[in-house]
Amino acid sequence: MIKTARQLDKLRKECVAESNKHPKKVMVCCGPGCLANGAQKISDEFRKLLKKKRIRGFSVEAMKETGCHGFCEMGPLVVIEPDQTFYTKVKVKDVEEIIEESIRKKNIIERLLYTDPKTGEKIERYSDIEFYAKQKRIALRNIGHMNQCDIREYIALDGYKALAKSLTKIKPGDVIEEIKKSGLRGRGGAGFPTGRKWAQCAKIDDWPHYVICNGDEGDPGAFMDRVIMEGDPHSVIEGMIIAAYAVGAHEGYVYVREEYPLAVVNVQKAIEQAREYGLLGENILKSGFDFELKVSRGGGAFVCGESSALMRSVAGEVGEPRAKYVRSVVKGLFDKPTVLNNVESYANVPAIIAKGGKWFAGIGTPKSTGTKAFSLVGKVRNGGLIEVPMGTTLREIIYDIGGGILDDRPFKAVQTGGPSGGCLPESKLDLAVDFDTLTEAGSMMGSGGMIVMDDHTCVVDIAKYFLSFLIDESCGKCIPCREGLYQLHALAVAISEGRATEADLDKMEQLSEMIVIGSLCGLGKSGPNPFLSTIKYFREEYLAHIRDKKCPAGVCRALIKYEIIADKCDGCMACISACTQNAITGKKKEVHILDQEKCDKCGACYAVCTRDAIEIT
Amino acid sequence: MVTLTINGRVVHAEDNEILLAVCKREGIKIPALCHHEAVEPFGACRLCMVEISKEEWGDWRGYVTSCLYPVEQDLIVQTDSPKVIELRKTVLDLLLARCPNSPEIRKLTAEYGVTHTSYEEIPDGDNCILCGLCTRICDTMGFSAISTVGRGHGKEVAPPMKQAPPDCVGCLACAQNCPTNCIEWNDIGDKRTIWGREFELIRCEKCGSTTITREFAEALSKTRDIPIDYFKICDECHRHELSQTMGSIANWEREEAQP
Repeated sequence: MIKTARQLDKLRKECVAESNKHPKKVMVCCGPGCLANGAQKISDEFRKLLKKKRIRGFSVEAMKETGCHGFCEMGPLVVIEPDQTFYTKVKVKDVEEIIEESIRKKNIIERLLYTDPKTGEKIERYSDIEFYAKQKRIALRNIGHMNQCDIREYIALDGYKALAKSLTKIKPGDVIEEIKKSGLRGRGGAGFPTGRKWAQCAKIDDWPHYVICNGDEGDPGAFMDRVIMEGDPHSVIEGMIIAAYAVGAHEGYVYVREEYPLAVVNVQKAIEQAREYGLLGENILKSGFDFELKVSRGGGAFVCGESSALMRSVAGEVGEPRAKYVRSVVKGLFDKPTVLNNVESYANVPAIIAKGGKWFAGIGTPKSTGTKAFSLVGKVRNGGLIEVPMGTTLREIIYDIGGGILDDRPFKAVQTGGPSGGCLPESKLDLAVDFDTLTEAGSMMGSGGMIVMDDHTCVVDIAKYFLSFLIDESCGKCIPCREGLYQLHALAVAISEGRATEADLDKMEQLSEMIVIGSLCGLGKSGPNPFLSTIKYFREEYLAHIRDKKCPAGVCRALIKYEIIADKCDGCMACISACTQNAITGKKKEVHILDQEKCDKCGACYAVCTRDAIEIT
Repeated sequence: MVTLTINGRVVHAEDNEILLAVCKREGIKIPALCHHEAVEPFGACRLCMVEISKEEWGDWRGYVTSCLYPVEQDLIVQTDSPKVIELRKTVLDLLLARCPNSPEIRKLTAEYGVTHTSYEEIPDGDNCILCGLCTRICDTMGFSAISTVGRGHGKEVAPPMKQAPPDCVGCLACAQNCPTNCIEWNDIGDKRTIWGREFELIRCEKCGSTTITREFAEALSKTRDIPIDYFKICDECHRHELSQTMGSIANWEREEAQP
């Protein structure tokens, strides 16, 4: 139990000494991507073998199960620190060799190193890999460098230092000033200045005040907040205590979606650890400030990421947004002044307090300061979790960090901002990624999902997919969103099936405008974006569906046909066995015949043909 | 006290008064389907949206639901601007696609010149527009027997687990306030059926007509501190009884007054 800031400093020294006991450490990435690829078995194998083997200066404690290291595409990852030796696609059978060669001795296992696709060279250290070299990590600063959710390791890495500084040396008003100075804007997507939000809440004379952390990350393909909650929950808790101190709140909630079971467990565990160490509870560090934190589990509704719906959900009511003519900082949770910030926003707070608002403001662009975490997914070579300074261009993210498009196919679009965001075409690749630039271009920052698409992606299909997601995830309260998006989707389906006319496009644009101005909350107001941004940049592709009844990307089933090119078919019969409709016939080494009547256009034949003998027309 | 302009007319209102109430008082008609004075405003139907602006905002125009928007000093409100009308027509057009057979919706859409929906009619649609009045009124009555269930386009109003609701008292507040009359119920003999549950109706000890359900009477007796015996007689007979008492007092007074 730590009672004073001095005791915390003393504990920190102990924790650092504990950490330095093992000069060499093995980090097994246990982020969601690596776990899905069997990282737990690798970690278990390390533990088992390390118990058996005796290695000088090394023991089981020097093996860490860390949060997501970021390079998910190459997982499971094993990193040896402090050398930064970076092993990719590690299998259970490689563990013994890693222990013998790289831990007992100092040898590098070439086979497990990352190969630079541009030069073909093997790279030993992760900081030399382009994927990492261009990143700057603030919110993700500790993840991958310590055991998930271990308060002693967090303290060793200067954890809770900013809290001690805030509680003992800075007045609440000055904490807010520091955040204002940093220029931090809400990382949930809207980009509202965090300092201003805190200041508005702090001055409302209606008590109690509350702080809430929004961990209801629901965008398909996004996992930044998940990784922070799983890998470094203490940074979020520390940020929340500082926020509570600044706005005079004594109670807070972390709203975590139930579909993130490990995040629920780790946040809960971290809260208990913090309480046990005296960093939560009454009279924290003898400052006279009390703060309690609870986990509130969300049932998985996308709309509960909307702040007013989230607050209703915490209060045990139906998760529906309300009109925010009176803002949450005035009337939020239980109708009391409430500060709600996103996971990543809170994770940035300790770093800002520790290093100063000026330092943070010096990173990124003048209006969007600091860094932003993105989950880079889709048809990109190096998919994973990244954090870059604001203002980095889309091209740098996709081509330098992301390593370009998978199979070197042409780039078509990148979708930012989740379902309510938009698709940006190649002409926008040199745009700097910040809040205002993306919004101007018709997309939005969103919480940080970034989906890369190649030329095999049809924009009508994309609009259809995201609209169908929103139809299901709309809360169903207001008519423009519930009925409007349904009809917008129905019209998109008509286009993809070649049933639409050009007048339908006008109708969709008119309806979209009405949904934007007529909807109650941000979900509805940004709901037509998947259509609006694609029609803005890819109108020709829509017209091809309508006028020529063709899908140029070869996706919309009603408008395409698979054909076998006789000259190329070598009669290997692969397509015949792949076809579930028995639509392809033919003998071995004879040209196969495709019966259009039977074909359901699933594309299985196209996927299995190694001779490019199947064509989409 | 604030001063604002509505449709070019200078209007005074109390601080924080709601725009829709002010408009109503001024005799300005604004359509609304989910609004009811007995419950908290909801902002779901979006028909009461109006256009707001201020001198200092320049050309910027906001669109807000008047049922929720608190008045502000110097606010300029247009309740029938072209954009507002376009929005209402779109909402009504969408509603007509959802419930093409609702006479109440047809009447309202006709007022705005929408006779046929320009969208795809929703297959198997019912007349519920999900305004939430029934559930909010049920909550306000203190029963919370029904709720909206699910989300998105498949959302519906239903009792828990879609089974006969244990907390329902058969008061009919939901059905009688439904703007599209789509909550089914019936009274046959001594039985009332609503939400798949049967209730026994109390028969008036005097005239023998049916009154309210036994469960409703018990709930009222408990929460409003009314003796349960009060409900043995129907309202009509209570009135009759009262008038007789009043009459006899009057007669007595008249007799007293005689010399």
